[in-house]
Amino acid sequence: MQTSATIEARDLTKTYKDVRALDGLGFAVEAGTVFGLLGPNGAGKSTTVKILTTLTRPDSGQASVAGVDVLRHPDRVRRAIGLVAQRSGVDLEATGRENLTLQGQVYGLRGAELRSRVEELLERFGLAEAADRVDRGYSGGMQRRLDIAMGLIHRPQVLFLDEPTTGLDPEVRADMWAEIAHLSGAEGLTILLTTHYLEEADRLAGRLAIVDRGRVVAEGSPDELKGQLRGDAIQVELGDPEPDGRAHAALDRVPGIWEVTIEGRSLRARTGNGSAVVPSVLQALEAGGLRVASVTIARPSLDDVYLRHTGRSLARTEEKA
Amino acid sequence: MTTLTHSWFMTTRHLRNLARQPWWIAITLVQPVIWLLLFGAVFKATADIPGFAADSYIDYLTPGIVVMTAAFAGGWAGMGVIEDLNRGVIDRFLVSPVARQALISGRLTQLGIVSLIQSLIVITLGLLAGAHFPGGATGLAVLVVASALLGASLGALSNGMALLARKEETVIAASNFILLPLTFLSSAFMQRNLVPGWIQSVARYNPVEWTVQAGREALTATPDWSLVLSRLGLLVALTVACTWLATRAFHTYQRAV
Repeated sequence: MQTSATIEARDLTKTYKDVRALDGLGFAVEAGTVFGLLGPNGAGKSTTVKILTTLTRPDSGQASVAGVDVLRHPDRVRRAIGLVAQRSGVDLEATGRENLTLQGQVYGLRGAELRSRVEELLERFGLAEAADRVDRGYSGGMQRRLDIAMGLIHRPQVLFLDEPTTGLDPEVRADMWAEIAHLSGAEGLTILLTTHYLEEADRLAGRLAIVDRGRVVAEGSPDELKGQLRGDAIQVELGDPEPDGRAHAALDRVPGIWEVTIEGRSLRARTGNGSAVVPSVLQALEAGGLRVASVTIARPSLDDVYLRHTGRSLARTEEKA
Repeated sequence: MTTLTHSWFMTTRHLRNLARQPWWIAITLVQPVIWLLLFGAVFKATADIPGFAADSYIDYLTPGIVVMTAAFAGGWAGMGVIEDLNRGVIDRFLVSPVARQALISGRLTQLGIVSLIQSLIVITLGLLAGAHFPGGATGLAVLVVASALLGASLGALSNGMALLARKEETVIAASNFILLPLTFLSSAFMQRNLVPGWIQSVARYNPVEWTVQAGREALTATPDWSLVLSRLGLLVALTVACTWLATRAFHTYQRAV
């Protein structure tokens, strides 16, 4: 597969028993950038990472990483990549230093070179003091930092971060974001990041692909994607669930709003001028006999982009999950 | 060469992790001792059965317990694989350049080392309890090596099954289902000519029986070395085959994840 991109996936499909995990997924990542795969759990992000990191094979399609065909030369791909998996991979019975040392040995590091690299990473990820403690006693944030250190031990060209901040405290998450930004900025790593956090994708990814049901439904930089949506987002929370489509009928009569969607008690629509349209929206809903709990107006967010392309809100999908 | 080096890295990891679990060590060391004392007491009268060749049952039982200990350690080895699977450790190694075979042979080497220590403890205790082994040190060495091979082959099978099933319950069920019958369908506790004919026939294909035969024969005053070597040969072949199968199981596992 001839390509100038550092990561390229084309028409990937994979079916587990009767579940179609990937359904023709494809994207390309330029060298030295952070690329985000954004979508809810089960969209196919982790399966994509498993294929690109040679853990598993697709049913059909092609992929290359660091210019090497993933299916034909998995051994060469393995030397070029680092992986921070969703489920960690740290040996909890071993210490931080032992985990790093074994990881380095597996990649062929030996002797003084290995020792100094381990020391350097322990220092850099704030694990020097805890280096000789068994990892079972590490906090979630420490374990995550050790995971990243292990992924970097052999100085890979491409780093895969599969849901790197899931389950972390907000404070630790912010630290992790700074670290990831540093890795791509100062060290020139190419990073593929999967996430279901809108803010994370928005903040870290130079470009991103929105993944839904095993396909890429939209791709671009966060600003491009948001720019494709015209106007503000208006969101109305109803006091009671709306069963019979009355709200939809009511809003259809209001001029200057479009793309009306309803999920449970939550109505969303787009409008050219948010604040001006609020009174008529409220009026229309009240006339329809609907009680309004709150109204918000916002600039387009990635969730609006997601909603536009999938018909569902990612933030809500995750709340339910 | 890479495979050997990687195997050694993995062996070191497994041994170190075991050494950090004092309770596990205590149980592993005490269990065969309990078996020896318990079975020795319950079946003591066996030596009085007409046609039973050994002078005392402890002479007969000690090699049997050595073999049984190795078989059980091997059969349960898959639990370690399950633990590593659940923690993502296996996946981490599979996306690294580690030699696939080392992921199995590292575990088997650790198993062999633990099984060697257990064997020595059982043998020492047997000797203290008054057992006699005319075959001497050579005979004991054959017994220990044969047992380690049995442990390794069952361990490889258990590892392979863990990779395919990926469930703790399956490994537990299979080990429970297989290990005890396998042990009793052999002459580990009862002389061959004193058990029903069908058991004798089945035992011929039972690796536990091969191990018992090799060990006991080597412990006699005048061993039939061709029998010993043929049984050791079967055990080596079985270990190689099982290790190959377990390594193949990674391919099946990687297709399924």
